[in-house]
Amino acid sequence: MREISYARAGMEALVEEMRRDPTTIHLATDAPPSLVEEFGEARIRATPITENAFSGIAIGAAGSGLRPIVNWSMVTFCFVAMDQIVNQASKIHYMFGGQQTFPIVFRSSVGGGTSLAAQHSQSPYSMFMNLAGLKLILPATPYDMKGLLKSAIRDNNPVLSFESTRLMGFKGEVPDDDYTIPLGVADVKRTGSDITVVALAWLVHEALAAAEEMAKEGVSVEVVDPRTLFPMDNETIRASVQKTGRLVIADEAGPTAGAAAEIAALVTEDAATFAALKAPPKRVCALQVPIPYSPGLENHVFPDRNRIIAGIREVMAAG
Amino acid sequence: MTASPELQREMLRQMQTIRRFEERASDDYHNGAIYGVVHCYIGEEAVAVGVCSALNKDDQIISNHRGHGHCIAKGADLNRMMAELYGRQDGYCKGKGGSMHIADFSIGMLGANGIVGGGLSIVTGAGLAAQLEGKGRVAVCFFGDGASNAGSFHESLNIAARWKLPMLYVCEHNSWAANTSSRMTHARDDVASRAAGYGIPGVVVDGNDVLAVYEAATDAVARARAGEGPTLIECKTYRWRAHTERPGAADPRPLEEIAAWMAKDPIQHLVDDLKQQQGQYSDAEFQALDDAVMSAVAAAVAFAEASPFPAPEAALDDVFAD
Repeated sequence: MREISYARAGMEALVEEMRRDPTTIHLATDAPPSLVEEFGEARIRATPITENAFSGIAIGAAGSGLRPIVNWSMVTFCFVAMDQIVNQASKIHYMFGGQQTFPIVFRSSVGGGTSLAAQHSQSPYSMFMNLAGLKLILPATPYDMKGLLKSAIRDNNPVLSFESTRLMGFKGEVPDDDYTIPLGVADVKRTGSDITVVALAWLVHEALAAAEEMAKEGVSVEVVDPRTLFPMDNETIRASVQKTGRLVIADEAGPTAGAAAEIAALVTEDAATFAALKAPPKRVCALQVPIPYSPGLENHVFPDRNRIIAGIREVMAAG
Repeated sequence: MTASPELQREMLRQMQTIRRFEERASDDYHNGAIYGVVHCYIGEEAVAVGVCSALNKDDQIISNHRGHGHCIAKGADLNRMMAELYGRQDGYCKGKGGSMHIADFSIGMLGANGIVGGGLSIVTGAGLAAQLEGKGRVAVCFFGDGASNAGSFHESLNIAARWKLPMLYVCEHNSWAANTSSRMTHARDDVASRAAGYGIPGVVVDGNDVLAVYEAATDAVARARAGEGPTLIECKTYRWRAHTERPGAADPRPLEEIAAWMAKDPIQHLVDDLKQQQGQYSDAEFQALDDAVMSAVAAAVAFAEASPFPAPEAALDDVFAD
């Protein structure tokens, strides 16, 4: 099978869905020439640098029959549009009694590892998990990127697509044929029997590397990638932990009230899963600080395969 | 364009309906049948009615927290509006929205909105959809002088002007953003003058003269339908009530200022116009109109009272669309 990059897979999903559905439009502060050439300036809009305005425009266009795809570029810039995301997009279907659908995709890159310092190295998805009314995808492979983004574009709700900065050049197998991946379905990226590592985005790959390393020591690691943060696939995660009895959660975001905390809660509050635990769950997250610039500082803050390995060893030693 | 005699009578009916509906809503809020908060539009009726009279059913509008007038002027059903205020199942939002979130997408009413300035960009998206559709529809934003200072005002007008969107931005300049005078917050009091910065027409109109509002809106709609882009219309008006109907809510506005504006009642203004222009309009005719309006409001209350409260577990419905 052919291999393409994570970024390319996102572009293929966008282009194929825009071909498939003439009501799709693209709003971003730049208009990629290849998109303008194929779809025209009417559908590929270069906006002023006004995230609050063009995110609101997307909501109004969606409520008027279009399917806007917004690209904030970095998640950094979505904070300028928080009124439209939090007060409007997440609630508008509900507070109007479900009378209108608002199909919108908001794309942005998340995570660090590229010395872009505090503002441009964020992973704030848990802030949006906390709202009712938004779906959130966080693909870790080119295959998942394409399949999830296509589903997001076809979904009748606002969907936030968080895309890992570190993975943009990462290559993987992607079929030529049209396919989608349903939202809310996790993927077991590696099966194992001793411990479950639920990992997000770039850390899926670090967890797989850690699993390879631990296998040499005779520890069988299962790696689960939720792929969608809302809706979260509680069943797959709980089933894995019931099987292994141990859990490490790896996330590039900080731990406080984060996705990792949510995953720990959904495991421990379920009686059957709790009863199967042999040791306390462990979070392996970024340190709770703004992300610093200098590589030595940045590397100190982010988790990686070595910290996942340390986490696995700690949980294995505990029971 | 001048409004026909028939249209003028319809405008009068709509303005009186807004006033009587809100008087009842205020009473029912104070007696506990309506919850949360109610913001009354009384005194500003000529703006919503004058503008919406220049629109077609498939044109779209967006409102703000003071939205009853815009809903009624766009043709919303009084029964479903009142049922929503009463928190009932047959309300426009099935009891999920209340006064600040009434919407009816089937008549192009994209919703009241509790965030000042929140609707400006949303309705600009409706303008974009209308432009892409290419059937000559227009989109209208109603907002206050308070929202005119928000970033979303400037961002949206710049984009609408650059993209030549078929839009009307209608500023209801009532001189008070909640409890703060525009004299304290506006670098220049005229909002319409800002249109020059975006290269679009900026029109100031007497917002208590429904015929003047209608004429300004008609010109702007024609311009928008012709593909010539947006217009900013500033309607000088005033709300008779405090910012909200909450008992004991602060209202720092000078009593003489309120009285001066109440003397410029937009409804009386049109009644006087009708008497003068047509010479046939009588107090008896107005009384008959008011009786009919009062009946319609009473029927809306009866509809609301007859509608059940939603089942508590309906709180879980409609978070997501299928």
